Amino acid sequence: MIGFENVRKEYPGGALAVEDFSLEVASHESVVLVGTSGSGKTTLLRMINRMVDPTSGVVHIDGDDVSRLDPVVLRRSIGYVMQASGLLPHRTVEDNIITVPVLRGTSRAQARVRALELMETVGLDVSLATRYPAQLSGGQQQRVGVARGLAADPNILLMDEPFGAVDPIVRGELQLELQRLQRELRKTIVFVTHDIDEAFLIGDRVVILRPGGIVAQVGTPQEILAAPADDFVRTFVGADRGARSLHVERTDGRDVVVDADGRAAGVLEAGAASP
Amino acid sequence: MTSFLEALAWLGDPAHWSGPSGIPIRTAEHLGYTVLGVLVAALIAVPLGLYAGHTGRLASLSLALAGAARALPTLGLVTLFALLLGIGLGAPLLAFVILAIPSLLAGTIAAVQSADPATVDAARAQGMTETQILARVEIPLGMPLLIGGVRGATVQVVATAMLAAYVGNGGLGRYIFLGLGARDYPQMLAGSLLIIALALVLDLSLLLLQRLTAPRGVRAA
Repeated sequence: MIGFENVRKEYPGGALAVEDFSLEVASHESVVLVGTSGSGKTTLLRMINRMVDPTSGVVHIDGDDVSRLDPVVLRRSIGYVMQASGLLPHRTVEDNIITVPVLRGTSRAQARVRALELMETVGLDVSLATRYPAQLSGGQQQRVGVARGLAADPNILLMDEPFGAVDPIVRGELQLELQRLQRELRKTIVFVTHDIDEAFLIGDRVVILRPGGIVAQVGTPQEILAAPADDFVRTFVGADRGARSLHVERTDGRDVVVDADGRAAGVLEAGAASP
Repeated sequence: MTSFLEALAWLGDPAHWSGPSGIPIRTAEHLGYTVLGVLVAALIAVPLGLYAGHTGRLASLSLALAGAARALPTLGLVTLFALLLGIGLGAPLLAFVILAIPSLLAGTIAAVQSADPATVDAARAQGMTETQILARVEIPLGMPLLIGGVRGATVQVVATAMLAAYVGNGGLGRYIFLGLGARDYPQMLAGSLLIIALALVLDLSLLLLQRLTAPRGVRAA
């Protein structure tokens, strides 16, 4: 379990990234922090592995205050996947994947065996193991990034806009892939994005942030869509644009679900419809 | 043109290729002074550059000092140090070290800072210590720039190492100062040509080393 208690972050010079933030993330849960730039979402994420230390307040993992833990040891115990992969350009795919196990003292030979398993897990052809990051596509690089994050089998996986730099089609594939992985692996995931659709897809719960790390609403995607807390949330999720309001039109004897612009979104299955 | 041919004739004379003041020994001495000067300078400049480049502390200060040091006239330094330290290798060596430090320092700082900040951030987030980041990320990625600093320093020192002979030492400068004293211009010119040749050989060798140390995955890009 990860807990934030009244966390605040002020940067030297007075910029206020996070005003006062509290949240509990249960084990095996995936929580998505979503907000525009300046919402402090990345700052909050990086507090978990002490890439950022809060000015005041406490972050704890399973009851341990992280500020009392050695940052290097802490970071090796937490998976971290970032935008634009952050792979080491001078190391091969497999050497990138085994970075953390090797730092933790696993032998290279042993770690390499695991690296090949992980490549299959994240949907990468093992023939890419000896390639360098620059020889891969953006989507493949992100898969390597995910494999690296999982390599030491951490309980917690932090993901900072991991699919932000790839094209929409690949992003869709990677999102589905992550959903599948999470069903198998059941990690505690904290995921940061500015894309509300991605947030609703990935998150068991979604935290919508205003600028300054102020929580606008926390809830499951269903809860947020059913009852947006205020106009800010309504605007953010697109409810005001009608993008989220679907209605049923009867066509050729079937119930077709149509959005506010009249575009067909799907077919309503019999029995699923409310009267 | 005549003196150039005379210089070539001087170089072709087998008598100048043997004995303790022959070309092989003088070249070895010259190379020795150069390597020693660059090595001592590297012992100072490389650790300082790694620290300054990695932490960002002292970086602008050390670059400013290095820039100022570039303006010091080496002949003046050799003379000054010789007056202080006496005749011998100490005075010129000290001057060579001062001459070599700016290139080495600038090269090392540039090398460390050349790594993409996002790559360094990712390495830190995976749990690398600061030393590991330096050794496994910043230095390997910046190695060609670091060697570039060594190259710049070496070429400067090898060209200036003739000043060692000015205060009683050996090296290829001997031919220049002997020739100057005796108005033996072919000998002077021969000495200069040897220094130029040595400088070119060192420059090209280090250029090759620079190419060879470029990290593989980055070259593949």
